Amino acid sequence: MSTQTSTRPVALRCSGLVKRFTDVTAVNGLDLEVFAGECFGLLGPNGAGKTTTVEILEGLTPSDEGEVELLGRHWTSGNDRALRERIGVQLQETQLAEKVTVVETLRLFRSFYQRGHGVDEVIHTVALEEKRNARVGKLSGGQKQRLAVACALVSDPELLFLDEPTTGLDPQARLSLWDIVEKFRAGGGTILLTTHYMEEAERLCDRVAIMDHGKMIALGTPAELIESLGADQIIEFSVTKELEEDPVQRLPAVSHLHKRSDVYALTVSEIGVALPALLAEIERQQSELVTLTTHQATLEDVFVSLTGRMLRDG
Amino acid sequence: MDETTDISHAKTQKRQEETKTLHPLVELTLMRVREFLREKEAVFWVFIFPVLMTFALGIAFRNTAPDKTLVAIEGEDAKATELASVLSRSPEISASVLSPEQAAQALRSGKVSIVVKPTNDSFEYHFDPTRPESRTARLLVDDALQRGKGRTDVVSVGEQKITEPGARYVDFLVPGLIGMNLMGSGLWGLGFTVVIARSRKLLKRFAATPMHRSHYLLSFMLSRLIFLVLEVAAVIIFASLAFGFTVRGSWLSVTLITMLGGFTFSGIGLLVAARPTTIEGVSGLMNFIMLPMWLLSGTFFSSERFPHVLQPFIQALPLTALNNVLRALMNEGASLSSNWIPIGILLFWCVISFIVALKIFRWQ
Repeated sequence: MSTQTSTRPVALRCSGLVKRFTDVTAVNGLDLEVFAGECFGLLGPNGAGKTTTVEILEGLTPSDEGEVELLGRHWTSGNDRALRERIGVQLQETQLAEKVTVVETLRLFRSFYQRGHGVDEVIHTVALEEKRNARVGKLSGGQKQRLAVACALVSDPELLFLDEPTTGLDPQARLSLWDIVEKFRAGGGTILLTTHYMEEAERLCDRVAIMDHGKMIALGTPAELIESLGADQIIEFSVTKELEEDPVQRLPAVSHLHKRSDVYALTVSEIGVALPALLAEIERQQSELVTLTTHQATLEDVFVSLTGRMLRDG
Repeated sequence: MDETTDISHAKTQKRQEETKTLHPLVELTLMRVREFLREKEAVFWVFIFPVLMTFALGIAFRNTAPDKTLVAIEGEDAKATELASVLSRSPEISASVLSPEQAAQALRSGKVSIVVKPTNDSFEYHFDPTRPESRTARLLVDDALQRGKGRTDVVSVGEQKITEPGARYVDFLVPGLIGMNLMGSGLWGLGFTVVIARSRKLLKRFAATPMHRSHYLLSFMLSRLIFLVLEVAAVIIFASLAFGFTVRGSWLSVTLITMLGGFTFSGIGLLVAARPTTIEGVSGLMNFIMLPMWLLSGTFFSSERFPHVLQPFIQALPLTALNNVLRALMNEGASLSSNWIPIGILLFWCVISFIVALKIFRWQ
């Protein structure tokens, strides 16, 4: 891993990043390194400091401490414009003007850059050809978000920032946005993406940093992070009578037991061994099974095991 | 296969040619113009409303024979009736006989301007000297009564009544309405647009691009310039068709001054919108700035009527300066050079507000 990092070119690096607001420290000593050509995910619940981090990296918010290096440059008031030419930005809360059309919006954004894609090319990339002359106010949530990404892509950026690009979108709209991101990545672009959707990070990201309370609590590929649980299956179950936890934890192939309200989550390496043993143990404790589900371990489970909370709890 | 890709490629190329982008300043200005024209309410307030206002006020104060002065005579005896017939001989007076209570009530509520009370051999006038129409009524009534008792003029004087175009109320009103309109559209137009863009994080999004920030602010000036020509023309054309309003000064001077006025209020609008993040915040601030000018800057009547101590403040207001120059140009046919003081005041506001707005402008 370390030999790999030294040879790969770095598109974005920050170290010791701190940002304090009056009532909270949003970012608390963050170090990140994003390699050129990778899709890097910042994962964490709402309020973890993802958006503040991204806006510092984008040069929109000054940090209190720490350094940011972007495409080999730093944010200063001097060469900002040259640097902005090379990055594409989608902000979490931007609402584009409603009375203008898709093509008019993109023409405006395109005009800010020296070089970039043709407006119609980008409209094609984000599959908005049919809405080319529709007003922004008439677009669906997914279409608006695709337009927001198109505005970020129109300059043909080297580095693309996407801040929760699919939050609040239906599954279909989410899929079509993922396609756009994957196309950009396939074309050699670097992406920094924030999300609180696990499946999004697993699908899109080469590497993921998990953030909580302004700090990074885990870093690796999705597979590495899941592997770090020492297991690949999760059994979730509930029972009629509360279980004594110690014997359950000592069952074969079980690495971790976590109880959240009345649902037990058992992290196991071999489900074929653990499941019969669990059923026998429940019977031995004279309890009865109410519900039982199993699933492949996900980043969500990683987050739960690291923080004891669910991601969506925030 | 190759053929189809070739065709689609050619198609894309052709379409790219169709949607060339222009200079960012032009694109930004176009955006302003489009957003404005597609907002029906804004079009109403900027173009239709001032025309309606000119119409309503022009009709309300159109030049008909002056209204008669209403006089009450107190008492119900023959003396009072005789007095009424003496007064009614004057073409400018309409007199009625009322009981003391009715007369007092009519005076209080403004139904009559003066009450005449017959005494033994003379009269007593009851009136409120702070009401201009009451003071006029006193003079008219006194004159009529004295003449009735046999007074004659010592010197006979000639009279010439002037109601020609250029000196009527509507002629006074139109430049004032144009000034007020330039203030309103500059402040509302800029203030709201900027604050809405800020609250929707659109300003922040622009700040994340290599856009020149001055281009963004300049685009407001340019789009204002386009609409300013139209909104001023709408009022002038309407007033000349409906009321025979004429511009006596040179059109070039009038154009230059409306542009200066438009820029000045755009600058003030930008200043007002430089910091607030909510519509409520900017509305309050705009009302705070505009209210004194609505009241004091002489849109509907001359600002000279306000107390002397207030005059330095009133004359320093940009709307007073604009109204004064516009009236001088339109009504009196004055030259720009003879109005250098109010022009200087406007230039001062224009430059200062822009510089300060640029310095303190909040992009997020």
